[in-house]
Amino acid sequence: MDAIENQNMRRILILFAHPRLENSRINRQLLVRIPAAENVTFHDLYENYPDFDIDVEHEKELLLRHDVIIWQHPFYWYSSPPILKQWIDMVLEYGWAYGTGGNRLKGKSIFNAITTGGDAQAYCPEGYNCFTVTDFMRPFEQTARLCLMDYLPPFAVMGTHRMSADQILEAATEYGKLIESIGNGEFDIEKARGATYLNEVNGEVGKRGKGKDDGGF
Amino acid sequence: MAASDFLAQSTVFLAAAVICVPLAKRLGLGSVLGYLIAGMLIGPFVIGFIGEEGEDIMHFAEFGVVIMLFLIGLELEPGKLWRLRKQILGVGMSQVLATAAAIMAVCIGLGLPWQTSLAVALALSLSSTAIVLQTLAEKDLMQSEGGQNSFSVLLFQDIAVIPILAILPLLAINAAADPSQSSTPIGELPVGLQTLAVLAAVVIIVLGGRFLVVPLLRVIARSRVRELFTATALLIVVSIAYLMQVVGLSAALGTFLAGVILANSEYRHELESDLEPIKGLLLGLFFIAVGASIDFRLIAASPLLIASLTFALMAIKFTVLFIIGKVFKLAIGQNFLFALGLSQAGEFGFVIFSFVARQNIADSGVISIGMAVVALSMTLTPFLFIANEKLIQPRLCDGTEKEEARESDEVGETNRVIIAGFGHFGSTVGRFLRANGIEATFLDNDPDRVNFLRKMGFKVYYGDATRPDFLLAAGADKASVFVSALDSPELNARLADTLRRFFPHLEIMMRASNRYDAYELFDMGVENVYRESLDTSVKLGVDVLKRFGFGAYTATRAGQRFVKYDETAVRELAAHRHDEKEYISRAREAIALQEQLLERDMSDKTVSVDHAWDSEPLVRGFGAGE
Repeated sequence: MDAIENQNMRRILILFAHPRLENSRINRQLLVRIPAAENVTFHDLYENYPDFDIDVEHEKELLLRHDVIIWQHPFYWYSSPPILKQWIDMVLEYGWAYGTGGNRLKGKSIFNAITTGGDAQAYCPEGYNCFTVTDFMRPFEQTARLCLMDYLPPFAVMGTHRMSADQILEAATEYGKLIESIGNGEFDIEKARGATYLNEVNGEVGKRGKGKDDGGF
Repeated sequence: MAASDFLAQSTVFLAAAVICVPLAKRLGLGSVLGYLIAGMLIGPFVIGFIGEEGEDIMHFAEFGVVIMLFLIGLELEPGKLWRLRKQILGVGMSQVLATAAAIMAVCIGLGLPWQTSLAVALALSLSSTAIVLQTLAEKDLMQSEGGQNSFSVLLFQDIAVIPILAILPLLAINAAADPSQSSTPIGELPVGLQTLAVLAAVVIIVLGGRFLVVPLLRVIARSRVRELFTATALLIVVSIAYLMQVVGLSAALGTFLAGVILANSEYRHELESDLEPIKGLLLGLFFIAVGASIDFRLIAASPLLIASLTFALMAIKFTVLFIIGKVFKLAIGQNFLFALGLSQAGEFGFVIFSFVARQNIADSGVISIGMAVVALSMTLTPFLFIANEKLIQPRLCDGTEKEEARESDEVGETNRVIIAGFGHFGSTVGRFLRANGIEATFLDNDPDRVNFLRKMGFKVYYGDATRPDFLLAAGADKASVFVSALDSPELNARLADTLRRFFPHLEIMMRASNRYDAYELFDMGVENVYRESLDTSVKLGVDVLKRFGFGAYTATRAGQRFVKYDETAVRELAAHRHDEKEYISRAREAIALQEQLLERDMSDKTVSVDHAWDSEPLVRGFGAGE
């Protein structure tokens, strides 16, 4: 029915991984702004699989029912929390997601929505993290490519250690709008492919990322 | 027989066995030889404690062979027996016919009439089931190729006794032989009816074993009177032996058949462990009687004749068996075991000779010499086994053959895991293992439950798991893991004690209903203790935490940490609980322990806190622009 209302409507699946959400400052706020729309499915991996026993069939079904996948997680040690890796290992099966006959995810778009302690300056050859976020995202990018998916640049909330409540709210709003525009088809995926962060695409290029503080992870 | 006589005789027999058998074992001669020597010593010709009654005792003790065949049947499921059919018929029949023909030719050559020759040949062609099977079992060779073939031959010989006893009366030289001597009560019936009676007896055993004996055992087991079970086991064997006698079949054969029928039942191990000591005693008695029956006076009168006859007999039997082994493609080492092992004459020889004597088929001189040869060849058999083991086998192979045989034995049907107790706890363990392809053997002492679970396809045996003989029958010597799912701490303690004493190789994994049981088990040195009140309670607690807003993963981790912490705590408290003071009552001790425990919970931070994803110290360290 929704499809009739809007031909461009996309169904979004947010695969969320945070081992201790109750202690989180940023991600909890980000979640609040995720639109409660019928075409957006929020799926908390740690909450559903506290013992890491991932229901592969259920996960595959979820994937098939959506057009855009978001891996949302804090950027721990230059990667995701372990359950997301477990999810990738378990769900993206040979012959289903990749390899001979593995084309079930073909054409879907996917990206990471991450929060980092360090700001944009920390993630460059001159910064203490030495590499860019794009560099660190390569394993996810190639995973998506092998599964014939369209990997988009990450949405990144950076420099979280020093963010004020207002700044957090601003970032959360930005995230909510991004999801909404992807969902209703207004978001220009073609344009997004050339960007470094999805934050830029809707015009409001990560103002906060240019902050002067040099702290954070 | 007066009571004092009985006591005096028992004392002589038992003392002889108790002195000779351990000595013989120590010298590496095996228990059979020990009994035989004991018999010779107390027999009429050496010390003379016992006289001519030795023969009666032998007849009585032959019942040990009957029980032994029953026990062998229990080990042999019908399917396995069916697979052996070619071996039994092929190897067995060719052995009896060829050996009898050869001996008969020799006898005729020695100038005996053909009737006598045939009777003697038939008597001597049979080997000794008692000695051979007992020795093979003692040396753990039953499962080897040679052992299996020996068993097939012996089984066929047991069957062959029936037609032999049937045709012997026809050989009577003196037609005046008394036909009423033909001893079976149905002997006077027409042949057709006799055959019918025999068939009926077999059908009775098969159907009775299936539909009567098992329910009966169930009722008896439920009464929980142990000696009643032993009595029932004996009743089964004795009544079948009697039935066989009535229709003129071999008692050993009948009980063997009954054993095979019961091999699939849940009471198999219990029957085995109940009858094993009785069988052992009777067989021992039988061997003593054989030893006592050796007529040293006769041997002393014509030593050369008897020695050469014995040697000739064993040489003929060995040669025939060796050729048969060759034809049936036995490996050379196995063939020596097979041919040497069966080269003696057996207890049926005594039976047939005494029958022959009654029928006037041979004169008494021939018969007593024949009897002496039989006894002597039986006595020599253990030496042949030793010679085979020490002199022949080392030259033929480097022991690999025996190893192979043992391996296949293990793959057979003994499971590597034994689970005692098939209640909710044990059955969950068993189902989980089965779902992952590990089959377990279950032991339980609730006959109703055993019955029910067997219907569902589990391999459950009825019996008392704390008895070492039952554990052995259930394969505890071959298993590697023993799981106790019993809920009684007393039973578990006893079981742990038995297992550690008799089967120290087993890894013991034991259920404990609470921490106090766990303390006891730790005290006894059981390492793997599983408290049923730990994991489940914590799991429930984890779900409560979730209801109070804890993240599922955080709650799960807290649960995992708590279980680990508690596992450590229970071990430490177990070690120290006796340090402080003697507790007057167990209840007070429990309260004191509970107090210590709670104190510990409060002071140990690791129970509730982990720092993995706390951002505060990180922000402090990284943040303030150092």
